[in-house]
Amino acid sequence: MSWLLTFPLILPFATAVLAYLARKSSAGRWISVAGSLLALVAALALFVTVSDEGVVSAQMGGWDAPYGITLVADMLSAVMVLLTTITGLSVAIYAMGEINPAQEKLGYHSIFQILLGGITGAFLTGDLFNLYVWFEVMLIASFGLLIMGGKPTQIDGAVKYVTLNLIATVMFLSGIGLLYGVTGTLNMADLHDAVLASDRPGLIVILSMFFLIAFGMKAAVFPLFSWLPASYHTPTFAASAIFSALLTKVGVYSLLRTFTLIFTLDPGFTNAVLLWVAVLTMVVGVIGALAQTEIRRILSFQIVSSIGFLILGLAIHSPLAITGAVFYLIHNVIVKANLFLVSGVIARVTGGTDLRLIGGMYRTAPLLSVLFLIPAFALSGFPPLSGFWPKVLLVKASLDQGMWVVAAVALIVSLLTILSLMTLWSEAFWKPHPEAREPSLATLGSDRLALVLPIAALGLLTLLIGVFPQPILEISEQVAAQLLSPDLYLTAVRGVLP
Amino acid sequence: MELLLSASVGILVAAAIYLMLSRSLLRFLFGLTLISNAANLLIFASGRLTAGAPPLIPEGAYAPVGDVANALPQALVLTAIVIGFGLFAFSLVLAIRAYSELGTLETSNMRLAEPRPDLRPDPSTATSNETSAG
Repeated sequence: MSWLLTFPLILPFATAVLAYLARKSSAGRWISVAGSLLALVAALALFVTVSDEGVVSAQMGGWDAPYGITLVADMLSAVMVLLTTITGLSVAIYAMGEINPAQEKLGYHSIFQILLGGITGAFLTGDLFNLYVWFEVMLIASFGLLIMGGKPTQIDGAVKYVTLNLIATVMFLSGIGLLYGVTGTLNMADLHDAVLASDRPGLIVILSMFFLIAFGMKAAVFPLFSWLPASYHTPTFAASAIFSALLTKVGVYSLLRTFTLIFTLDPGFTNAVLLWVAVLTMVVGVIGALAQTEIRRILSFQIVSSIGFLILGLAIHSPLAITGAVFYLIHNVIVKANLFLVSGVIARVTGGTDLRLIGGMYRTAPLLSVLFLIPAFALSGFPPLSGFWPKVLLVKASLDQGMWVVAAVALIVSLLTILSLMTLWSEAFWKPHPEAREPSLATLGSDRLALVLPIAALGLLTLLIGVFPQPILEISEQVAAQLLSPDLYLTAVRGVLP
Repeated sequence: MELLLSASVGILVAAAIYLMLSRSLLRFLFGLTLISNAANLLIFASGRLTAGAPPLIPEGAYAPVGDVANALPQALVLTAIVIGFGLFAFSLVLAIRAYSELGTLETSNMRLAEPRPDLRPDPSTATSNETSAG
């Protein structure tokens, strides 16, 4: 049983070591791809087991919970690990085409694998302090990917990314310390009981705000998101794709986990705070996107806006809303990774990422344009694509609760999302190139397959989810059911304890 | 003793926030290291300060005998110190690089990644985002 949980964790770190040893040859990138492929297989095995047998858990070091460190995978963790490995493999393949030998020599592939390992660890751990450690693993690896190349814009972006994320870290750590002081435990399942039994519920609700700020900063919610659009457009496209797909989602995952498992004392208050945060995040994100002219900055603000939808599901807190949020999460990870990968190809073909300086993509590369349109339409929520279904669920959930204004805001934000992506489309694809120079696919050279293959695969996945939403919907319903009644999770972790 | 620790946590946090509100990156980083130390003290204090015996488990037993000190907060603080040290070292090097690449440590002058929107981009810097062929 425990091998199922440890394999998705061991594989990225083992791959990182091997890739580091082989960093001076071209073998490193192949090791990275092979490791990611194995991790995908391990994650699939975990997912199948969890969906067949329910929550899987293991105690590290042979100490029973709550003393030992627990690894636990319920449906949410299993889905997130699976998504991590899918995007991990796609980006590892893309990196073969993008990352140059100088960056490989600096250990690009091993830092990338450590990042994946950290993310996987955060999804699988059942211990709050262990979650903090995985956050740090993830953070330091993302610093490495962010500044690799050392261009002045990257350093500038990194200063903002590093400083604001370190503040979130301190908030998280203080929250953990105080929560331990009040409850005497850090195991999440044990915390669930301890919080319910606590004689100081008011204090715990205040402490939950520490976690809301810390995870909210990681998830880039309003008003804590400013580090994201300041830095996500500066690193390599492969790095920004994996950041945008997964890093903010770790914050969302942590919010989903803690606010359904631990901080359930005063849902009236916490859900109201979350609702305001969600609505403002959606609106501010999309307005920010409309104001930008750089492709990756537009997409960065779109990330912020999508995070609003995810938090909205948590804030409404009905089974339908959580189902919608989880479905949105699955759709968003795939689509966001894809859009950043496509922007890399656009930059390669047209010679830049500022919309005022590029154009003519459609005439040069009609097929690539379709590959951009699929995730773009999916993000804005066009009916046959993957973004449509979760938005229907979220709007329906808010209408069921009588939140007319929230539903209207969600729909208006979707409309503005379309507007922003269509600006991107008409500027980069339809408009002729401003320097009257014909963009050429020849610039992709021999990297063409490595660059386009992951984009096509992720696009196909988006299409499949859109046309056959039923299995994903069922998975999301299972996740929501497990989150809202955590008995399975609790018994899986506590095991032998009475 | 707990009162003393709480007061020092408060003073450290106040000083740290004062420093972190500064526009100078270096002052900000000093503030950050102060506040992370405050967080460490906070964990230490919230784990209750006891002058118990060392938490050693006798051979053959599963739990310590009698009143012992709580070892967990110290383990947490130790982990946090190590991680905080690593992150601070990274941040300092980043500050040095920022000074040599951007020529300033004033955060209000760091507008390279987020240029003012009304300025027309210079094509030479706009394409510098692109990575060279692999």
